[in-house]
Amino acid sequence: MSLNTPTDKVCLWTLDHDQPASLATYTANGGYEALRKILAEKTPAEQIIEQVKISALRGRGGAGFPTGLKWSFMPRSFPGDKYIVCNTDEGEPGTFKDRDILIYNPHQLIEGMLIAGYTLGARAGYNYIHGEIFEQYQSWERALQEAREAGFLGKDILGSGWDFDLHAHHGYGAYICGEETALLESLEGKKGQPRFKPPFPASFGLYGKPTTINNTETLTSIPWIMRHGGQAFLELGKPNNGGSKIFSISGHVNKPGNYEIPLGTPFSALLEMAGGVRNGHKLKAVIPGGSSAPVLPADVMMDCTLDFDSIAKAGSMLGSGAVIVMDETVCMVKALERLSYFYFEESCGQCTPCREGTGWMYRIVNRIEHGKGRPEDLDELVRIGNNIGGRTICALGDAAVGPVVSFVKHFRQEFEYHIENKRCMVGG
Amino acid sequence: MQTPEFQLSAEALAQIDQEVAKYPAEQKQSAVMSALRIAQAEKGWLSKDAIAYVADYLGMPAIAAYEVATFYNMYDLEPVGRNKITLCTNLPCQLQGADKVAEHLQARLGIGFGETTPDGRYTLKEGECMGACGHGPLCLHNNHKMHAHLTPDAVDKLLDDLK
Amino acid sequence: MPIIEIDGQQLEVAPGATVMDAAHQAGIAIPHFCYHKKLSIAANCRMCLVEVEKAPKPLPACATPVTDGMKVKTHSPKAVEAQKGVMEFLLINHPLDCPICDQGGECTLQDLAVGYGASASHYGEAKRVVKEKDLGPLIATDMTRCIHCSRCVRFGQEVAGLMELGMAHRGEHTEVMPFLEAQVTHELSGNVIELCPVGALTSKPFRFAARSWELSRRKSVSPHDGLGANVQVHVKNGKVFRVVPQENEAVNECWIADRDRYSYEALDSAERLTQPMVKEDGQWRAIGWQDALERVAAKLAALREAKGADAIGGLASAHQTVEELYLFAKVLRGLGSEHIDHRLAQAGATVGQGARWLGMPIEAIGTLDRVLLVGSTLRHEQPLVARRVRQAVKHGGQLNVVHAADDNLLCRVNGKLIARPAAWVNALAQIAKAMNAEAGDVQVSDAARGIAESLLSGERKAVLLGALAQNHPDADRIHALAQAIAQASGATLGFLSVAADSVGAQLAGVLPGPNGLNASAMLAKPRAAYVLMGVEPELDAYDSAAARAALKAAEFKVALTAFKSAALEDCDVLLPIAPFTETGGAYVNMEGRLQAFHGAVKPHGEARPAWKVLRVLGNLLSLGGFDYDSVESVRADALPQGQANIAEHLDNAIAGVALGDLGDPSATEAISRLGETPIYGLDPLTRRAPALQATAGVDGAVAANAAMLARLGLEAGASVRVRQGDASAVLSLHRDDRMADGVVRVAAGTALGARLGAITLERA
Repeated sequence: MSLNTPTDKVCLWTLDHDQPASLATYTANGGYEALRKILAEKTPAEQIIEQVKISALRGRGGAGFPTGLKWSFMPRSFPGDKYIVCNTDEGEPGTFKDRDILIYNPHQLIEGMLIAGYTLGARAGYNYIHGEIFEQYQSWERALQEAREAGFLGKDILGSGWDFDLHAHHGYGAYICGEETALLESLEGKKGQPRFKPPFPASFGLYGKPTTINNTETLTSIPWIMRHGGQAFLELGKPNNGGSKIFSISGHVNKPGNYEIPLGTPFSALLEMAGGVRNGHKLKAVIPGGSSAPVLPADVMMDCTLDFDSIAKAGSMLGSGAVIVMDETVCMVKALERLSYFYFEESCGQCTPCREGTGWMYRIVNRIEHGKGRPEDLDELVRIGNNIGGRTICALGDAAVGPVVSFVKHFRQEFEYHIENKRCMVGG
Repeated sequence: MQTPEFQLSAEALAQIDQEVAKYPAEQKQSAVMSALRIAQAEKGWLSKDAIAYVADYLGMPAIAAYEVATFYNMYDLEPVGRNKITLCTNLPCQLQGADKVAEHLQARLGIGFGETTPDGRYTLKEGECMGACGHGPLCLHNNHKMHAHLTPDAVDKLLDDLK
Repeated sequence: MPIIEIDGQQLEVAPGATVMDAAHQAGIAIPHFCYHKKLSIAANCRMCLVEVEKAPKPLPACATPVTDGMKVKTHSPKAVEAQKGVMEFLLINHPLDCPICDQGGECTLQDLAVGYGASASHYGEAKRVVKEKDLGPLIATDMTRCIHCSRCVRFGQEVAGLMELGMAHRGEHTEVMPFLEAQVTHELSGNVIELCPVGALTSKPFRFAARSWELSRRKSVSPHDGLGANVQVHVKNGKVFRVVPQENEAVNECWIADRDRYSYEALDSAERLTQPMVKEDGQWRAIGWQDALERVAAKLAALREAKGADAIGGLASAHQTVEELYLFAKVLRGLGSEHIDHRLAQAGATVGQGARWLGMPIEAIGTLDRVLLVGSTLRHEQPLVARRVRQAVKHGGQLNVVHAADDNLLCRVNGKLIARPAAWVNALAQIAKAMNAEAGDVQVSDAARGIAESLLSGERKAVLLGALAQNHPDADRIHALAQAIAQASGATLGFLSVAADSVGAQLAGVLPGPNGLNASAMLAKPRAAYVLMGVEPELDAYDSAAARAALKAAEFKVALTAFKSAALEDCDVLLPIAPFTETGGAYVNMEGRLQAFHGAVKPHGEARPAWKVLRVLGNLLSLGGFDYDSVESVRADALPQGQANIAEHLDNAIAGVALGDLGDPSATEAISRLGETPIYGLDPLTRRAPALQATAGVDGAVAANAAMLARLGLEAGASVRVRQGDASAVLSLHRDDRMADGVVRVAAGTALGARLGAITLERA
């Protein structure tokens, strides 16, 4: 495959090449052509933003915010420095797509960031890379060096007179830095504590300058859109849900991995691609959009198509497209205990409800799991969750509540059994 | 804060300088995470002297560097074994067998999470999502090298390879 | 301007205002912990969540900007539900130790828990326990009580300019702490005690001493530096238990310096003088007031008779009230002496047309565009002026400095000339010359040109003369050149008044009259008798050795003092007077603000207000005009129209100073002493406050830069003998590369010679 033809493999088309990550592979297959054309024709920023709007590209990091709209918030004529930041702090349990982009198609991300930088008038761009994938931090820096040597980065890019550079910034173990303002704080060399918004990054971002932050997959989709037009991208998916999307499927399937498929594909089709539920077990539940998304029981999930609207209608969210599959052997109390621990552990501690509430919820779930549950615990969990949700500076509070409330809602019997019998209903 | 006795190698300082160069001149603090990582990689862990040294090098308050060092969980504020194994036990990895790997690691090394073997060879830590769930169970060796598709057998082989 | 509705009230608010601002404007209280009007907005406690129409979620009032047509409900069921939810979270890990908590009774958490807390807790898990931190002798910690509002951290970053506290770790494990075992050292550190909304940070000296509701609060004025910080003195059973800030936006905002806060400890010092004492045959003996005053009057009268009034000198402290100072001068002048002064630390003080003062309101410092600070160890001299200067710099102002040490002012310094004190005249002449002002023949350096350029730009500007510039042997030429620079650049010339009543002392006439000697001259040419008030001459004087010798040589010395003192050992009579907490009076601060206060407690023992002592003395001497019946009546004489006519007596102009030889700053090989008044050695109270004396900032070392150490062949840590004339002392040597070449820092209060004089060092 190549970038010259509009296939539904928007980001991962290099996979069928011998050296998918190389600059040679990328440029031999249409890479950097979109950038070349924009710089040669001095395409006005409005036109680029218009195409991104038409594409109905929605942020691939989890929130699903329309990218074109986000770009239009940027005060492009602001005289001082502006920045484009890529969010590769991929730490939402179940999500592992951006890492594959860095491994298999780093140059398309570079080109996407270049186009974004050009469009938004940025002086430089930073890619914030998840702490635990140091090898990809290094490999992306090598890709940057290749691009720099080839004249795609630095001074007077491709003879256009435009200067722009990109850098990698390495995280070191904090899930919260996936939140865009925490990421900015971290990029400034501070603790990754989210900022209260407003002001939004488009007016007060990195170093207090206008900044746009997009997810890796979002930015990697840009060269495709500019090559083939927003309309073609939109048509890959469905209205309001343009394009393909990488779904990271993990858990109890035979072939966990990344599958880049058009938005709107039925969940059942993805499950089949992933080889179905392992060992012939029965599907029990699915977390459709990363650990923060509410869990859905098997029957609800099997009726869903994979797009923002369908999943939202079913009571969860598409999020980052991280599909965690659980079969009938899973104890939902134990599963929730681990997730609750995660949010407790990863709360930045800045604001009261999350700092205090995540620990409280974890301790209750932990008690239930260890046979010390009390009958009132389940209502208490929901009550605590309601006191956290919507009352924190960032979305981590809501993210911590989502699993708790949905697990209790859909699998209450299992929790009650645990409390009453001090042991697990599943397996034993 | 003066820390006359603590020093990083010229190579480490060159690496830090490379990181500093990525940011605007008046934003040296942006390089603190990398600088702490580089200091830790050289010294094995981050002593208070190391943190004060890095803070001084970047012209920031020592307490601000300490905030960073204590906020991100891949920094080690106490000495660790030569080989730090951080195992992800989060849900996707758990579903794919991380529990068994954890049990095996603990039994084989005779230590729990957060502990170091008496010979100083291994430290075991429990990690959070490493962003490669499809390849789980996962672990990191000394923060920077990922090992995937772990099974008890694969763990045995890994441990044998680490000196 | 946006119009909003808040709890049904229509309100027009300033653009950019927050919902919290609007609520204040409307007189509506919204519960909060992290919000503080003087600090940046953190929005982390979430206690101020309110309901905003059309917003899906409750919003924090402190961080939500108002928009036109916004409808806010601060106490609707939805808002209160959110506020109660937050309160529950704050309490689950907070210890239930109010009965033993010093914050009890003045605790925001306790107060709000009454309104928003539940009577029983749902929380049945283990509570968090946090290890104590040692923040030094001033601040006690109970960190388990911390609610992580981050006010103390933001205070360090934003107000103090020094981040000594941080919040380490994350999530539930977040802890406020200094960098490992470090203690807080900043001169404003104690303000975190009021900022802390719970009992996590409390006053260490006050720990477990009293319950807040048992204390009576008396407004007063800090007796230390020339700012005149407003304070509250908290008393119980006739004893001062603590001092806290009294907000006055124009003077101290809501802050006070640590010495304002903790000097009260000296009030109960074992050195308090509680009865009149006389020395007979080398022995101190207690004596009644009548006897004591009669002896003093008789002795003074006899001496005047025998040797003339010229034999009598009067030295008073500018930490005394304006009434005391006025009567002091009146007694001396009544005796016929014009040798009267309060400026003991000044080498060559002259008297101008009016009282020297800041030249502008204190509040204006924070909005200056350009500042030239001459000869001021600002953080030690004026902790809160330093805060205002940092504020100016934060808003884009440029600070320029002439000093002998490149001290860390905790803000960006634009230009600096760091040189030995003897070179300051030359340095200022360079700046003046770079501005084309009349300044004689000097070579203009790039640094001087840079400072000149800075001062020529901008609008609101000031040239400020610090204590060292005022104490300098060449003070007049420094003054004249500073005036030339100010005139050439359109800046205000200001004096940073050293003491709480420096301006008041000038207005009260505690200055040498015609043919009178100033303080240094009075000590250099010893008098037969000295009348002292509130001073410890060898600690206060420009030349300690000269002061000691003069006192020793004099025939008769009487001191009005609140304390026994080694520096008063040579006196003949000690008269116990009341410190500021035990008497009424007024100070005039550096901006000419008259601030009166009442005594908070009764005088200790037999101590009496100094104005009453002087009244009796005046009458015993039959001087006439001493029949005052109240401190207010004294004030009416001292400052005839009170505040109203102070301004017309303020004047910083100087004329008739010949610039003469401006010198070559590099010419001398001699080593200069930089002898500053220690931050906690300013006056008799600070010198005796145990907690202040225990802080790390207090040391008696010698500091010099590396080049100086090399030149002297000495190494840091060495024990050295420093010598000025016949006086010498053995001190430890420190390396401080911020010192100018040719300068060693040896604080005043050491029994040496001239504060800014030549000094020699040798290995001890």
